[in-house]
Amino acid sequence: MITTDRRSRRDSLQGAGQFKTTYGADQAVFPVAQDRVVVAAAVVAAFVVPPPVASDYWLQAVLIPFLVYALAAIGLNLLTGYAGQLSLGTGGFMAVGAYSAFKLATAFPHLNILVVFVLSGLVAAAVGLFFGIPSLRIKGFYLAVATLASQFFLVWLFNKVAWFTNYASSGTITAPDRTLFGVVITGPNSTAAARYLLALGLVAVFAVIAKNLVRGRVGRAWMAIRDRDIAAEIIGVRPLRTKLLAFGISSFYCGVAGAGLVFLYLGSAETLAFDISISFLVLFMVIIGGLGSILGSFLGAAFIVLMPIVLANAPHAIGLRLPVALQKQIELMVFGGLIIFFLIVEPRGLARLWQITKEKLRLWPFPH
Amino acid sequence: MKIRRIWIAALAALVLAAPMLAAAQSKEVFIPLLVYRTGPYAPSGIPIADGFVDYFTLLNERDGGLNGVKLAWEECETQYDNKQGVECYERLKGKSPVLVNPYSTAITYSLIPKAPVDKIVVFSMGYGMSAASDGRWFPWVFNFPTNYWSQASAVIRHIGAQEGGLDKLKGKKIAHIFHNSAYGKEANPTLDELSKKYQFELSLLAVDHPGQEQKATWLQVRRLNPDWIFMSGWGVMNQVAIKEAASVGFKMDHLIGNWWSANDSDVVPAGEGAKGYKGATFHAPGTSFKVHADLLKFVYDKGKGAAKKEDLGAPLYNRGLVNAMLAAEALRTAMTKFGNKPLSGEQVRWGFENLNLTEQRLEQVGMKNFTHPVRVTCEDHEGSGPVLIQQWDGKKWNVVSDWIAPMRDVVRPKIEAAAVEESKKLGYTMRDCAKEK
Repeated sequence: MITTDRRSRRDSLQGAGQFKTTYGADQAVFPVAQDRVVVAAAVVAAFVVPPPVASDYWLQAVLIPFLVYALAAIGLNLLTGYAGQLSLGTGGFMAVGAYSAFKLATAFPHLNILVVFVLSGLVAAAVGLFFGIPSLRIKGFYLAVATLASQFFLVWLFNKVAWFTNYASSGTITAPDRTLFGVVITGPNSTAAARYLLALGLVAVFAVIAKNLVRGRVGRAWMAIRDRDIAAEIIGVRPLRTKLLAFGISSFYCGVAGAGLVFLYLGSAETLAFDISISFLVLFMVIIGGLGSILGSFLGAAFIVLMPIVLANAPHAIGLRLPVALQKQIELMVFGGLIIFFLIVEPRGLARLWQITKEKLRLWPFPH
Repeated sequence: MKIRRIWIAALAALVLAAPMLAAAQSKEVFIPLLVYRTGPYAPSGIPIADGFVDYFTLLNERDGGLNGVKLAWEECETQYDNKQGVECYERLKGKSPVLVNPYSTAITYSLIPKAPVDKIVVFSMGYGMSAASDGRWFPWVFNFPTNYWSQASAVIRHIGAQEGGLDKLKGKKIAHIFHNSAYGKEANPTLDELSKKYQFELSLLAVDHPGQEQKATWLQVRRLNPDWIFMSGWGVMNQVAIKEAASVGFKMDHLIGNWWSANDSDVVPAGEGAKGYKGATFHAPGTSFKVHADLLKFVYDKGKGAAKKEDLGAPLYNRGLVNAMLAAEALRTAMTKFGNKPLSGEQVRWGFENLNLTEQRLEQVGMKNFTHPVRVTCEDHEGSGPVLIQQWDGKKWNVVSDWIAPMRDVVRPKIEAAAVEESKKLGYTMRDCAKEK
């Protein structure tokens, strides 16, 4: 049944595409040659073009937050999109990353900043593992409520215990100046371009790792758990290990993103920067971008970060001078409307829209 | 009499300068305004933004700007949110501003490290990082006329006076209800030190953002039964707290808000219950000043006002006026040295550092008895200005105290110590003020 179906489809595509003769080729990160070229070109362009071309505003207020949130969205997508564990603790795990990065960087000033980022990710992973334990017993919305507890507890903890902020009277943590290869890369004296490149480097590396994770054994185990956990258990996937691994790795990503939020984007932050709204924001990115898609994490982050900025600047660009309050309200309404629009048009997210477009283009100009 | 003469001179200058106005218009000083007219902090954000804009409109309409240099500004909505504030700052940085008013302690903390790099003065009037009052370490940040630590000490002095002397504070219970953020926590170290010095019992009660839910806090208040409450609230938190205080039957004249927690919008929702509520301030409430008459004449009668006419004179509206006036006078000071032209960030910084706002100058700008003179120096970016206590009588605010001096002997050493601490994080070195002149 399946074989004939596949054969007939292949027949209909004869001469109009690329064929895979091995499983390996079929499971490549980017099975289509054009995809490989486009993605490679996009990554190279992202490294080369913005630093000299983009203004400080673009780097600081648009591209860096986009990258930081994209990393957090990848993290949550691994947990929610691939492993099916709904989490509202993202903000808390990001806070763990941010505060451990701050503590590590100030306690060990000579520690390489990349090591600081990775270590703070590991601390977040450990905390994530701990808060992932309830996932073994509860699912869905109930799990979301349990992770909500971690969100509130962690933020409360960093607010309450002054040790985390090195006893700063205001409870604010400030990113110190740190260098990498002789260039100041974090802190007030770093250029936006340097911080952008570091953020991009981190995101590129971790996105590749995530992409490989989800197409390997670990990712398949996650998806099996997500799709039917009892069936997965029967075929030999161990729920304890798989779920906790998802929590750990996801929290690692969120932790690194949290460290990036303070060290690369804001420069200084208080716990308010990690409150529940961040958890929702990242969850919206994942839902709008596409659950279970790395590309979707980027698209979702781009949508949520860029759209308000586009909407805020649009009236100015066309020469319309609105009172700021009215403009903000219009912005919120249009933004909300767009979210609803996209979810109705394509409930599986922007990544699915992109996939449909690609498939249509592959068959273009002859649909069948 | 004198004012009229200045007036006539100004008008004559305006007529003479009229042909040059077209040329002058291209010469502008640009000031970005990070405002919040939406969200949970809008009740506080709107009046202050209106006051600020109205004063600048007044300067442009009445005097043709500052010495012929027009003032230009643009508002950007931050919703009192750190990230949106940074985005606004970066967006408006492209228009080469010379100073920025963040209107949020958290945003101020984010902008302080950028100030010396971007050469933009951070003017956090009565908010932001208290430690930045030490100008030797923070040349680019100004928080005059007074800061949170000075305010806390002045409020304790007021409480002491009400109790019959500071020595009577011994054994009293004072609670600090604060917005759980960089802003709200700012006063805690000073209160802590004063509690040791005067041996009162200090309880710190945090209220989480945005402050709509305070049942737990007021349950604690009932349990503690404090003699006095000092409150550092903002936005919607204030009105909720005052309503809660009224409903638990706390003595309203023993509840003192800081200068961000005592506006009409904070007390009106509590109705009769708010009667007697006190708040700190560093300028008078009401509209009985010349500047208000000018505002009505030159701004509101021309339909260019930002607020509703009846909202003039609210404490936060007046605070916006004071903020704009202080910024304008600092620019004017810079112009005496660098000429009547658009200024660079460095020049504006000099203007702020050498601002000497005298009683006489206040009279000239129509603010006699409205606020206190300020003198800024290289060492002292705060001025350690005195504080007033105002009280709500159910209809309007009345000033019920004399100018209360902060306890500089306690506050200044703390500031100097904190400045060293904060500077260490930013990798600053102390400059030698003797070499500045």
